[in-house]
Amino acid sequence: MKCPARSNFAFRKGLAGLALLCVLPWCALPWAKAAELHVPAIVEAGQAFSILVEGSGQATFYLLGPDHVVKRSVSLGRDLQIQSSDVRTAGRYQLILCDLASSCTSATSEVRAAQPAHLSFFLHPSRVPVSTRDSIDATAFVFDQYFNLVLTPSAVDFRITPASGAGFSRRVSTQKGVAWMRMDSTAHEGRVQVTVVSGNVEEARVIQQIAAEACGLRMKAVANGNMVALETDPVRDCSGNALPDGTVVSFTKIDKAGKSTVDTPIKKGIARVQFSVHGRAQISVACGVVLGNEVTLNGKL
Amino acid sequence: MKWALVAFLAIATAVLVAFAWLQSGGMKQHTMFSAVTPEQAVQALMSQIQAHNYQQAYASLDRSSDTDLASFTRELAGSDGSLRTYSSLQTTEVSPLHADRDQALVRVRMNWSSAMGSLDDVRDFDVRRDGSVWRLVWPKPTLSTVPQQVVSVNYLNWDVIGRNPSQNWGAQEVDAPKVRITSMNAIARSGHVVILGEVENEDTVPAYLNVNATLLKTDGSPIEEEGSFDLISHVLLPKQVSPYRIDFPGVRMDTVKSVRMDARALLVPASADPVIAVSDQALSKDGLDRNVLKGELVNQSGRPVNIAQVLATYYDNSGKVIWVSDGYVDQALMPQVPVPFAVDIPDDIAGRLKSYRVIVNHYSRTSN
Repeated sequence: MKCPARSNFAFRKGLAGLALLCVLPWCALPWAKAAELHVPAIVEAGQAFSILVEGSGQATFYLLGPDHVVKRSVSLGRDLQIQSSDVRTAGRYQLILCDLASSCTSATSEVRAAQPAHLSFFLHPSRVPVSTRDSIDATAFVFDQYFNLVLTPSAVDFRITPASGAGFSRRVSTQKGVAWMRMDSTAHEGRVQVTVVSGNVEEARVIQQIAAEACGLRMKAVANGNMVALETDPVRDCSGNALPDGTVVSFTKIDKAGKSTVDTPIKKGIARVQFSVHGRAQISVACGVVLGNEVTLNGKL
Repeated sequence: MKWALVAFLAIATAVLVAFAWLQSGGMKQHTMFSAVTPEQAVQALMSQIQAHNYQQAYASLDRSSDTDLASFTRELAGSDGSLRTYSSLQTTEVSPLHADRDQALVRVRMNWSSAMGSLDDVRDFDVRRDGSVWRLVWPKPTLSTVPQQVVSVNYLNWDVIGRNPSQNWGAQEVDAPKVRITSMNAIARSGHVVILGEVENEDTVPAYLNVNATLLKTDGSPIEEEGSFDLISHVLLPKQVSPYRIDFPGVRMDTVKSVRMDARALLVPASADPVIAVSDQALSKDGLDRNVLKGELVNQSGRPVNIAQVLATYYDNSGKVIWVSDGYVDQALMPQVPVPFAVDIPDDIAGRLKSYRVIVNHYSRTSN
């Protein structure tokens, strides 16, 4: 049987290469008889290996990988060296040998990812309110040095280092190359570093624990002529964390002149505002959807 | 024969000139400039303002007017990058309120077309007889001045360092701000659907926000999608709450089965400055007997705000948002200077509203 791969079509690039991929396996059908190929069933990515090719004379060797094709003229009866650069991508490889009589033989080999060398680490969200259940997701993808996903189970450590308090660690085994964990945010605001470690490789991410909703919002009024200066106590959440500067606090005053509102940001932990008062006035304070105390002034300021 | 042709050409030219004069409103202008009635005096003045002839307009004012040319021009042409500087007087409606032999009171509704839509300005003017003509008394402009001073502003600024595109997949990113729609109400108004409510920035960073709504049919297929456009405060500081209103012109309520809401937030650089106080808010009626919410805006920081937009949220007895209206202020907000504002309230809403809340959107040429 005449092997079309030996005939005159160019297969170096583009469609020709694609055509080769489609046609070559036909050469290796059972009725084709050629030199035997003895290939390892499993090879580590990036590891060079040799194949013993029986027979004598010249032949053409094809290596069909997931992302590339190699064609080489070889001498039968010698070891055929497969370069490490030819098997960097994990997946199923087909090795085909066609002799001068145009008979082909083939074998398959599976290239598996090498040792973990890279980690892609996703830590979500980047900001999380304190004391929130199951609010932090950490997901690590384990890759070898050629960025093949390491599908064999391996141990991954998640090391959590909060800004204050003791750190802790969790060991998780990867499943199909992925390891993940979910945890609660702690009660204290600040930076939390999560480091994922697999073998000698580690990758760190930082998450910011932020104050939750304001809690026990209170203001006090200081009169000065017909003006009243209002000032909140340090605005904190229910765990005692200070709400960050820039958080908007709304003051509302209702008196004879009507209603007045000021949305003012917290500065150094405290929100301040000044109103002129006409007669009896009622003043309230709120932060987001949280209401604070009310102050009533009798207008005799 | 030669003289007949010359005479014909001369007469034809005169007729054409007269026709052109009439076509260009010459007769009307002549009547108005003659100012033999208070209305004509006001109309004449408004024509001058419309034509940006402020000097002539100022010259036609009554001598008792308590203003100078510079203030008069600044008041009408705008200053400091205010919305008035991007406006022009489109139409005027003059209606006499009272008149006697030498004095009259005239109400003028000036409609300005601006970069943000049309703005109504309703004002009452005194008009006085001056010999055979009437002249308008221009009131003293209410321009407050603030003593020179240094205002220390140390509010927070947020900057954002974006992701480097060369970084690998899985590199650390900063999440978009977390926002929450705290209320939503769908109402039918003037035959079309309106979605309104409030949205809060729950995060500790500023958010640039858009709220979209999709009306769905009974089978779940979309009827129409709209955004809140300018009826929202797009930049929300941490814990700030903004109303939103989304109009669906041409969609009837009975065709809508459900509404899908979508609040999209982006992390943006922002500044907590300026703080604008909204003082002396009260419900009242304007010169045209319309329900309005009036008040004053006070820019508490040290730099001017060029254009301010007032967003008012109205609540019923149960605290539900029943309407959101807005209004642009055509004056710049200079530091510490109160500037009046008024936003319309539909009559049916005015009868049902229990409380209201006002926030201010601001645009400054020098802002981030």
